[in-house]
Amino acid sequence: MILAAEEYNPVMPHVAEVIIGLIAFLLLLWVLRKFVVPRFEKLYEERTAKIEGGIEKAEKAQAEAEQALEQYKAQLAEARTEAAKIRDDARLEAETIKAELRAEAEQEAGRIVAQGEAQLQQQRAQLVAELRADLGRNSVALASRIVGESLEDEARRRGTVDRFLTELDAGADGAGARN
Amino acid sequence: MGALVLAAGDEFTPPTAEAFNLPPIFGWVTKPMLLIVLSVVLIIGFFLLSSRKLSVVPGKGQFLVESFYDFGRNNIAREQIGSRDFLRFLPLILALFSFVLVNNLFGIIPILQFPTMSHIGFPLALSVLVVYPVYHYAGIRRHGLGGYLKHQLVPPGAPKPVYLLLTPIEFFTKFIMNPLTLAIRVFAAMFAGHLLIMLFGISAEFLLLHGDGITKIFSLFSFGGALAMTFIEVLIMSIQAFIFALLSANYIGAAMAEEH
Repeated sequence: MILAAEEYNPVMPHVAEVIIGLIAFLLLLWVLRKFVVPRFEKLYEERTAKIEGGIEKAEKAQAEAEQALEQYKAQLAEARTEAAKIRDDARLEAETIKAELRAEAEQEAGRIVAQGEAQLQQQRAQLVAELRADLGRNSVALASRIVGESLEDEARRRGTVDRFLTELDAGADGAGARN
Repeated sequence: MGALVLAAGDEFTPPTAEAFNLPPIFGWVTKPMLLIVLSVVLIIGFFLLSSRKLSVVPGKGQFLVESFYDFGRNNIAREQIGSRDFLRFLPLILALFSFVLVNNLFGIIPILQFPTMSHIGFPLALSVLVVYPVYHYAGIRRHGLGGYLKHQLVPPGAPKPVYLLLTPIEFFTKFIMNPLTLAIRVFAAMFAGHLLIMLFGISAEFLLLHGDGITKIFSLFSFGGALAMTFIEVLIMSIQAFIFALLSANYIGAAMAEEH
């Protein structure tokens, strides 16, 4: 051991080795600094940029989607109110039309009834007039048959008949009022 | 072991430090020198080839390279130096880590089979001539010469009389011991590890060749020991490379830190 230590001392640096080690290391360092590290760092920057860009893009897309959703919702609400308004209008219109139709129908009915009444009145008046003439003639004929004589005098005959009819009318009117 | 050796009748000579004194291969060029050059060629080749076509979405190969790069970048450099300044020192830390790692691993690679860092000249070149000036330079540039010395030698927060003791210790640690221990740590680990593997290997061979009868069986144990030591050495080699890079980054970080 002692002999060996004299011949070779492992703790004493070998100058040539120090120099070669240093040169070799500096060469390695230079290559790493000049080429390798920049390449990797550039890659990392790109990666970071890409990831951040992706995130940004996604955020933008999300914002756009939200905006579109808002828009659709607003449009939907608008459409709904419009539909409700249209429905209301339609109902209102229907009511008006119904009311108008009803009024018209009532008017028509009134008109028809009035017309009927007028016609009836007219027919009645006609009938009464006809009956009055018939009754006069029949009464005269009957009276002349009963009396057995012909009432030649036109003027007298008319006066008698008219008086009789007036009395008859008054009696009939009195009976009608009582009814 | 001595009894066994005696039983064999031959003299067993354990490996000594002399085993590390390798004769020049040609001229004055020794094996460690060639290994150093080889390691640099390998590392440069590896990084240049693997970083030639980097894509944002990594493939399997790129993922492995990136894992290695990220380990040096995030776990060592950024952790120790801080995210503000670490990029400037990243090439240095990465070079230290890969350089020490590959040269250590040479110790278990067949044919090469010599951890270059077991020759103290190499780790000394790194620590004293590279790391030491770099961290002092970084500190002086950050704080100015006076500010840096005060920052390094008079850590705040201690009572006044303590500085009589503390300042010399800090000086001794930061200006003398740090670079030396940094080099000696990896050197000693590699030296001892290689010596142990050699011891197991040589004894296995000796027992097998010179043992009689039953003692030949003990050769298996020695061989198993050499195998086990080899696996442990892989771990130690990696850890030592990691520690070397980590401490270098730590010194740089401490020199530039605002607070002590």
